[in-house]
Amino acid sequence: MSYSKELIDHYENPRNVGTMDKNSEDVGTGLVGAPACGDVMKLQIKVNAEGIIEDAKFKTFGCGSAIASSSLVTEWVKGKTVDEASTIKNTQIAEELALPPVKIHCSVLAEDAIKAAISDYKVKRGK
Amino acid sequence: MTEQSPQPITKKKTGKSVYLDYQATTPTDPRVVEAMMPYFTEKFGNPHSRNHPYGWEAEEAVEKARGQIAHIIGADSKEIVFTSGATESNNLALKGVANFYKDRKNHIITVVTEHKCVLDTCRHLEQEGFEVTYLPVQANGLIDLKQLEEAMTDKTLLVSVMGVNNEIGVIQPLKEIGALCRERKIFFHTDCAQAVGKIPLDVNEMNIDLMSISGHKLYGPMGIGALYVRRRPRVRLQAMINGGGQERGMRSGTLPTPLCVGLGEACEISEKEMAAETERLKMLSDRMYGRIMEALPEVFLNGDKEHRIPGNLNLSFAYVEGEGLMMGINDLSVSSGSACTSASLEPSYVLRALGLEDELAHTSLRLGFGRFSTEEEVDYAAERIIQEVQRLRDMSPLWEMAQEGIDIKSIEWAEH
Repeated sequence: MSYSKELIDHYENPRNVGTMDKNSEDVGTGLVGAPACGDVMKLQIKVNAEGIIEDAKFKTFGCGSAIASSSLVTEWVKGKTVDEASTIKNTQIAEELALPPVKIHCSVLAEDAIKAAISDYKVKRGK
Repeated sequence: MTEQSPQPITKKKTGKSVYLDYQATTPTDPRVVEAMMPYFTEKFGNPHSRNHPYGWEAEEAVEKARGQIAHIIGADSKEIVFTSGATESNNLALKGVANFYKDRKNHIITVVTEHKCVLDTCRHLEQEGFEVTYLPVQANGLIDLKQLEEAMTDKTLLVSVMGVNNEIGVIQPLKEIGALCRERKIFFHTDCAQAVGKIPLDVNEMNIDLMSISGHKLYGPMGIGALYVRRRPRVRLQAMINGGGQERGMRSGTLPTPLCVGLGEACEISEKEMAAETERLKMLSDRMYGRIMEALPEVFLNGDKEHRIPGNLNLSFAYVEGEGLMMGINDLSVSSGSACTSASLEPSYVLRALGLEDELAHTSLRLGFGRFSTEEEVDYAAERIIQEVQRLRDMSPLWEMAQEGIDIKSIEWAEH
């Protein structure tokens, strides 16, 4: 499989690997995928009082494309408002990393992960 | 909030990738190449040309090779048919025998872990009206002899069970299977592509009627193989390729002299060196396995620990995905039973057949050692694998959950 430089970079030097306290009020956690499929992503966002995502962390069980997609997404959401972040589309991720067709589903999962994290945050805030 | 370090990849050594995929193919032994060379440009005759010295010398070389191949499996050289490889041999054995005897018997028994060329040929025969039973395997990859016996009927024509599995390296009980088949006058075919030159084989002791042999799996050239076809009692088969009637009518086509010579030489070398090589490979394998198991928890060997060739280690690294791991060790040439690395997104059918859950099938690596593997390579590979598994586990949400004592099986995952 020939991967793009961007993809390899995210795989070899992943950004924002880590864990936040999922019980914290300002943290939203999204856990998507399934071990049986070979892809599981955990994405967490920390949202400040102004509704801006000030930090994001991820952990992924999956192939190089899955790891790169989730790493990229944590980079993109930082500094965005929660609503802006929910407009990130998998096609943008796939384009940025030049994902081969058979790996597009990794970008779809990354989009699902952000949406799941945002949804969890909103549920916590009672919205 | 818990912080974590960035998990960058460690520096890899420069130079060529370390080859650890000996089950996929082997380098041709330089001694084999040397034996083949004269037959390209000097002794280049067609071995079927009866009328001149070019033909005679080519024929002599081919017949010598035939003898070398027969010798390593305890057969007579008249029983060796040259083919283009084990895929063709498997096709010829199954279709050839099935079509010849179909008016009398039409049931074939094989195993779910056979190579794709055997399984696909069986499916093709099913479409032609044959009945095929695909025996399951136990968790260790070996068949249950009782189940084999129970599957046999008076319509059973042929049993096909491979000697050594290409993915997990396990050795099937060939002698016992042969005995069962001979008792019931059922033909016994075995795909020994991964077995010839690795374990002692004797077609008479093991009551084998047909055996597939592959050149490039035992340090011979690619593009050549053979099919052993028993003469006493006689096994007949319908040829797949029609033409000049070469190979006693079983496989037409001009024999590729240099390739035949190569296969013969490879067999002779393997026969001489098998015992010493087995010991050396066992040492390398134990070394690799020992290092990895010492450094990493939750690593599982796929396939029986005892009944296996030493040149193969198929390991599952829980909580780490196989293709991701392979990317991290891309200075090692290995293969994985992970779905991502096959064209479909299905994990290896062999690992599935062992009863492995999908997530462990997704996490597997197949390491293959061989004649030219060194201790240095093994040590380097073990170190890289350990490093990468640890790095990826630090990035894995499943590893995190396992460390926290969460039972991953209890979570309801949303399949996508």
